[in-house]
Amino acid sequence: MKISILGGRLIDPANGLDQITNIHIAAGKVVALGDAPAGFEAGQSIDANGQIVCPGLVDLRACLREPGQEYKATIVSETRAAAKSGITTLVCPPDTDPVADTPAVVDLIRHRSIQAGFARVLSLGALTQNLDGKQLAEMGALKAAGCVGVSNAHTAIKNTQVMRRAMEYAASQDLPVFLHAEDPSLADGGCAHEGAVSVRLGLPGIPEIAESIAVARELQLVEQTGVRAHFCQLSSERAAKMIARAQYDGLPVTADVAAHQLFLTEMDIGYFDSQCHVRPPLRTQRDRDGLRAALKRGTISAICSDHQPHDTDAKLAPFPSSAPGISALETLLPLTLRLVDENILSLSEAIACLTHHPAHIVGTSSSLAIGDCADVCIFDPEQYWEFTTESMASQGHNSPFLGWEFKGRVTHTLLAGHIVFNTRN
Amino acid sequence: MKRRNLQLDEHGRLRHLLTIEGLKRQQIVDILDTAESFITVDDQQARNAQVRKVPLLRGKTIVNLFFEASTRTLTTFELAAKRLSADVLKININTSATVKGESLLDMLQNLEAMQCDMFVVRHGDSGAAHLIAQHVAPHISVINAGDGQHAHPTQALLDIFTIRRHKGEFAPLTVAIVGDIMHSRVARSQIHALTTLGISDLRVIAPKTLIPAQVEGLGVHVYHDMKEGLHNADVVIMLRLQKERMQGALLPSEQEYFQDYGLTEEKLAVAKSDVMVMHPGPINRGVEIDSEVADGPRSVILEQVSNGIAVRMAVMSMVLGRPPMDKESEGTAQ
Repeated sequence: MKISILGGRLIDPANGLDQITNIHIAAGKVVALGDAPAGFEAGQSIDANGQIVCPGLVDLRACLREPGQEYKATIVSETRAAAKSGITTLVCPPDTDPVADTPAVVDLIRHRSIQAGFARVLSLGALTQNLDGKQLAEMGALKAAGCVGVSNAHTAIKNTQVMRRAMEYAASQDLPVFLHAEDPSLADGGCAHEGAVSVRLGLPGIPEIAESIAVARELQLVEQTGVRAHFCQLSSERAAKMIARAQYDGLPVTADVAAHQLFLTEMDIGYFDSQCHVRPPLRTQRDRDGLRAALKRGTISAICSDHQPHDTDAKLAPFPSSAPGISALETLLPLTLRLVDENILSLSEAIACLTHHPAHIVGTSSSLAIGDCADVCIFDPEQYWEFTTESMASQGHNSPFLGWEFKGRVTHTLLAGHIVFNTRN
Repeated sequence: MKRRNLQLDEHGRLRHLLTIEGLKRQQIVDILDTAESFITVDDQQARNAQVRKVPLLRGKTIVNLFFEASTRTLTTFELAAKRLSADVLKININTSATVKGESLLDMLQNLEAMQCDMFVVRHGDSGAAHLIAQHVAPHISVINAGDGQHAHPTQALLDIFTIRRHKGEFAPLTVAIVGDIMHSRVARSQIHALTTLGISDLRVIAPKTLIPAQVEGLGVHVYHDMKEGLHNADVVIMLRLQKERMQGALLPSEQEYFQDYGLTEEKLAVAKSDVMVMHPGPINRGVEIDSEVADGPRSVILEQVSNGIAVRMAVMSMVLGRPPMDKESEGTAQ
C-alpha cells in the first residue's frame, strides 16, 4: 500500500533533517519527501499536523522471554508492545532458554517475529556456549544466521583468558561484542547499590567498583584485541568517564544507558520497592547526573529500554529474592522525551539516541531518506497521558513508572511501510 | 503510595512493627512504658523481671511464622502472647526449602482464612516483613521478628528497655556496638532506636570487613580499635559472630578476632566503671566475649532475655489492642 504522511515535523538525525514536510511511501520504502512524485496515489494518508515524524526507534536491549519463559512474555506480546511504543527494531540478548548459541535459536526468534509482524527483531549471539564462559560459541555460524553482535549477557566471563580469546575471535569475525560490565565476585549476592540505602535496609550491596573494575579489564582487552565493543547499560559516573577516556584514546568503544538509570536512584527503592530492583542497580544521584552528562557529551550515544517483562509473582517476593528488571518498552520514548523537557538533550539529539546511534551500533541504518526502508514512528509531542497497567501492551506489568504522567505519545508506527500501530484502531 | 509509613494506621498508631526507623521518640517511649507496666510491682527491684498474666488479648490468635531458625526470639514471643492470653500457633518453615515469595503470599492467604489477628514473622530476606505487611488483610498486624540483615525491632526495644532500667536517661550515654555490624539486623535496629532517643555518642567497633559502606550516615562513629572505641563507654553491646563469617575472607580466624575484638575484662577496663555489657544472644564464648565478662557482674545478658517478654507483650498489646477510634476520643487516646 502507498502511504503519505502529511504535514508532520520530520526529524531524521541521520540526515540532519528537521523540517515540516510530507513523506511518501511505496513498496515499503520512502519514495519522496515534500511533494508526491508524479502519478503517486496514496492508498492512505496520515495527517501528521502537529506531530513529530521520525525513524522507527531502535532498542538495543529487549528480553522477549521467548523461547523459554513464555509465561512471562512472548515475541508476539512484546513486539506488539514495541509497535505501540514506536519501536521498530529490537535487539534481543542471547540469554533465552535455550541460549542463542546456535543458528537454530536465532532462526526461531527471527521466524516468530516475522510471523508476528510487529517489529524487526535482531539477535545477539552468545559469546560462549550456553553462556558458560568456557567454550567459544560458533560465532561464524551465528553471524551467518544474522546475529548483529555477540554477548555473554549478564553471565560474566570470569576467566580473563577466555574473555581475551572470545574478543579475538569476535574481532576476526568482525562482530561487535556487547559487554555487561560487572565483576562477578564483587557483585555476588548483591541486589542494590552498596551505599546509603543498602546500609539502611540491610540489602546486600553491589559496589560501584563492581562495574568500573570490569570496565577497566574489558577496555584493556579491547585495546589488546582490537574488537569493537559496546558497553551495555552503564550505571555509574565512573564507568562513563572511563569510557570517555577510552574513546578519546581512539578505542572502538560505544556505550548505552537504560532509560530508567537517567531518572531513578537508589533512593527510589524506598521501603523495598521491588519494582526498583534492577541490574545493574540504581545508584546515586551523582551517578544519575554523571550518566546524563555522558549522554549529553556523546560518550553514551544510545538510550535503551533494557526491557525485562516479568510475571506478577517474580516481583511479589522480598526485595533480594525478587527478579530484577523493568517492563520498559513503553516508557522508552516518554522518558527520553522528558530529557528534552529537562534540557538535557535537544529533541533532535534525543531522537538520535533512539534511532541513528543505536542503529549504527548494530550495523544497520535508521534513516528516512529516499530509498530507505519505511520504519516510521509518529508521535504527538504535546499529548499528556498517565502510564497505567491498563494502558500497557507488554505482558509484563512490572514498572516503577506506573502512575507517572508522561508528555508525548505515539500515534502511528510503520514497519517497512505497513502500519503496525495506529491509535485510532 | 508505597512510601507512606506502613507501620502506622490512619490515626498514627502502631499497626505493624516492621522497623524502628521512622518511629517517633514518644512512640518508642510509650512502648517502653507499657512494657514496664507488665513487670510486677514486687519484682521491680528484682534482677530478672517477672511478668504477670493479663487478659488483654483473649480471643486473639497470633501466628509465629518463622522461616529461619530461632530459639529465644520464638520462645519469648510465644510466652509473651500466652501471658496476654492470646492463642498462639507456631509454624516453622524449613529454611533450606525454596520458600519463595509466591508460596509465601499464598501461605499467608491460607492463614488469613483461619481468622488470625497477627503474624510474627522471621525471614532470611531483608524486606520480607514489609512485603507481608503490604499484602495482608486490613485486620491483620505484622510484627517483624527479624528480616535478613534489615531489622529486628523487638530485640532493639528490649535492649533499650534494659538500658533504661539501668541508666534512666539516654541523652548522656555513650554506647558502643561491637562486632559484625555488616550482617546484623539487630545492630541496625539498635542504631535507629538509640539515635531516635538522642544518645550523645553512638559508636560501632569492628574491622573494616564487618562495617557496611556509609554506616556513618546512620549517625554512628566508626572505630576499628577496641581501646579507643570502648573508652568511657556506658554501655557495650556485643554482637554474635556467625561461624560462617570465617569464610568469604571477612576474618582470618576466630582466635585473631577474639584477640582484637573479643570482650575481656582487660579491654573493658577503659570503659566507665559502671559499664553494662549486653549481648542479644546466643553467645559464642571465647569468640566475641570472654566467659568472665559474660557471667560477670556487669553483664545484663540474662536480664535482656526476660525483658524480651515484657517488651514483646507491650508491642503485641499496643498493636492488637488499639481501641476503635471515634471522633471524640481522637487525639486523647494513647
